[in-house]
Amino acid sequence: MASAPTIDPAFLDKDGKPLFHLEHEPHHPEGSSTMLGFWMYLMSDCLIFACLFATYAVLGGNYAAGPGPKDLFDLSLVALNTAMLLFSSITYGFAMLAVEKNRIGATQGWLAITGLFGLAFLGIELYEFAHLIHEGATPMRSGFLSAFFALVGTHGLHVTFGIIWLATLMVQVAKKGLIPANQRRLMCLSMFWHFLDVIWIGVFTFVYLMGMLR
Amino acid sequence: MSPHPASENSGIWKLIFGRLDWSAIPIHEPILIGTFIAVAIGGVAVLGLVTKYRLWGMLWRDWFTTVDHKRIGIMYMILGLIMFVRGFADAVMMRLQQAMAFNGSEGYLNAHHYDQIFTAHGVIMIFFVAMPMITGIMNYMVPLQIGARDVSFPFLNNFSFWMTTAGAVIVMMSLFVGEFARTGWLAYPPLSGIAYSPGVGVDYYIWGLQIAGIGTLLSGVNLIATIVKMRAPGMSMMKLPIFVWTSLCANVLIVAAFPVLTAVLALLSLDRYVGTAFFTNDMGGNPMMYVNLIWIWGHPEVYILILPLFGVFSEVTSTFSNKRLFGYSSMVYATVVIAILSYLVWLHHFFTMGSGASVNSFFGITTMVISIPTGAKLFNWLFTMYRGRIRFELPMMWTVAFMLTFVVGGMTGVLLAVPPADFVLHNSLFLIAHFHNVIIGGVLFGLFAAINYWWPKAFGFKLDRKWGVYSFWLWVVGFWFAFMPLYILGLMGVTRRMRVFDDPSLQIWFEIAALGAVMIAAGIACMFIQFGVSIKNRDKLRDTTGDPWNGRTLEWATSSPPPDYNFAFTPVIHDGDAWADMKKRGYQRPTSGFEPIHMPSNTGTGVIIAGLSIAFSVGMIWYMWWLAGLSFVGILAVAIGHTFNYKRDFHIPRDVVERTEGERTRQLAMQG
Repeated sequence: MASAPTIDPAFLDKDGKPLFHLEHEPHHPEGSSTMLGFWMYLMSDCLIFACLFATYAVLGGNYAAGPGPKDLFDLSLVALNTAMLLFSSITYGFAMLAVEKNRIGATQGWLAITGLFGLAFLGIELYEFAHLIHEGATPMRSGFLSAFFALVGTHGLHVTFGIIWLATLMVQVAKKGLIPANQRRLMCLSMFWHFLDVIWIGVFTFVYLMGMLR
Repeated sequence: MSPHPASENSGIWKLIFGRLDWSAIPIHEPILIGTFIAVAIGGVAVLGLVTKYRLWGMLWRDWFTTVDHKRIGIMYMILGLIMFVRGFADAVMMRLQQAMAFNGSEGYLNAHHYDQIFTAHGVIMIFFVAMPMITGIMNYMVPLQIGARDVSFPFLNNFSFWMTTAGAVIVMMSLFVGEFARTGWLAYPPLSGIAYSPGVGVDYYIWGLQIAGIGTLLSGVNLIATIVKMRAPGMSMMKLPIFVWTSLCANVLIVAAFPVLTAVLALLSLDRYVGTAFFTNDMGGNPMMYVNLIWIWGHPEVYILILPLFGVFSEVTSTFSNKRLFGYSSMVYATVVIAILSYLVWLHHFFTMGSGASVNSFFGITTMVISIPTGAKLFNWLFTMYRGRIRFELPMMWTVAFMLTFVVGGMTGVLLAVPPADFVLHNSLFLIAHFHNVIIGGVLFGLFAAINYWWPKAFGFKLDRKWGVYSFWLWVVGFWFAFMPLYILGLMGVTRRMRVFDDPSLQIWFEIAALGAVMIAAGIACMFIQFGVSIKNRDKLRDTTGDPWNGRTLEWATSSPPPDYNFAFTPVIHDGDAWADMKKRGYQRPTSGFEPIHMPSNTGTGVIIAGLSIAFSVGMIWYMWWLAGLSFVGILAVAIGHTFNYKRDFHIPRDVVERTEGERTRQLAMQG
């Protein structure tokens, strides 16, 4: 390694000597690490889902003489459910466009619609679960059903927390407006919400569609 | 836990206390009662002293609620040291039991107690000793080495610490109320399932690890963001101090591995609480799924532990050889390669599962391949020392001991990586000797090197050399006495976790191992004496330069201990060994032109949420559903409430900075 490393000209003083400190505190934009940190959280969450998918892949055929996917799944109900979640992602996108234009009313409106779609998704999912349990297809019935309920239920829990978060943010936007801190938070929830959409597409494909082919 | 007669377990009692009743208090275990009395007296004494000297306010303001990465780092170290005493007590008890239980003797521990001890020893040493200590060192040193004021998310840092502590509290509670798991440190089902472990032990295990795991994961996210985003101007990735590089890789592993632990423990809880069939023998469950998942976390975990210490050894070798680290870039690549490979070897923990020759060969080969980058590191350290002007200070002594010890552990690891050999050695004491060889020889020796190396930075005075040398020799010699017999026993076919033995010819080896444990105990005592003596003689050991070892990286550029804001001015970096470069070029410390410094404010939210998490876990463990429900709602409420606080920062005024820096100028002038 060279004994005298070359120095970036930006870090030389006016006499051409190297600078060893900045005269003035550099401006750190507030929350500049938040997006990176939140991305990392999302990826770690993604790994939880990866484990649940893997468990489903291993246990998904273990019916223990109980019902299988073809006996249980109602694809038209699942299609409706999927539509709710996909629509909620679109409306969240509109909310973010409204944030860009700094329109509080429109933002709140789209957020509310997003929350309603989320609630509809949860309602349909709970109806599906209740129906399955009523038919005796409980999580305790077989390895397949344990893995199914754990995967779909974990996704549902995430949507539930997303809705609580969304309601909290609506209160905060109402109180403080679209200040940078709130914009950042809306951006994080946006990533979370779309992430749940992506996970659901995996669930829809691997659990429901491929289950019907099994 | 045997179900108690119905008298007390009436409806209302059950509603309030769940399955907790008087039989949970281990009055029939004299060892536990003695321990409890000692802990209670000690605890009352500490609380009394804190109250007498009116320290509660100070503790709360300056420590519990702090977001300063340095104070949080120190608190992690204290947590790790306290838990180390507990984990080591377990180890001594096991060594004593195994040395005694021959010729018809049952030893002094019954099976119920002994099984808890070997489980607790493993869990505590990994999760509540090694993890807090490496997190503490990374917390303290990473921001200083990259010239930052704090981590990216200071509140999250405080929260992570308290969640780790909450996990430790939950595990410690099991000592006196109920029982701990009797399953071994990874709690394999079906043994850990509700059918074979109906008591609270496994639930203590699950909730202790889940709560601590949240803290670990978040601190991983935090440190990655810090390293990626907060480096001083000029510090490109290939100019990072090597300890920061190894920390970065370790934290990437944390973020990529701990979610797997969370998921697999959640599934085990579902099996235990809801009655699902993930890991059961019947109803389509698959216990091997658990074993696979937990080792997909578990193998990266051992690299999470060792990588930061590889960084420490690199820093120490370079500093005490007065030379730039040999092969910096190869060191970086070796670290990254080890991090990646650590994900491709998990199955070597259960070659005997019966996956077949092809699968076992794949994992055997990937395991052996890891020894290549590790070997490269070793040669880099040797070449750094080659023709260096080596100073055998305590950190360097630990580093040399590491090199000699770790290589032996590494080689027995390669032996175990050969599947046919593993079929013979699986679950034997040979394995136990191997992983203690690398964890003590690598992680623990590394922590001792780090403590001796950075103590002067954290407290402003060096550690006493004499007691440090005593501790060093007792530890190193004691280690060989304690674990070489286990290699021999393992080769003779003795399996792990045995409580009594039939073959009297084995006893001598266990007695030698027990002697080794006694020597290690003396080494630990010497270490605590070393701390005490050093604190007592701190004026004699004082270092006012901030750079007692002629260090090479940025943390030595500031005072010891560093001011709250670390650096009065943001440093600019031109070279990997930034501080060595600054010294060579005749850097002059600025003494005027200070500005107010923007800092994060303290918050009590972390302590409160961690406390509520303990309450939640107690509710879940003892089936007190009302408590679990209430505290869960409480956690949500406090977390949401915290987000309504938008004012999270303040400025250290200019005159405070001027006063602090003026004091340092005076000190530096005094010593000429």
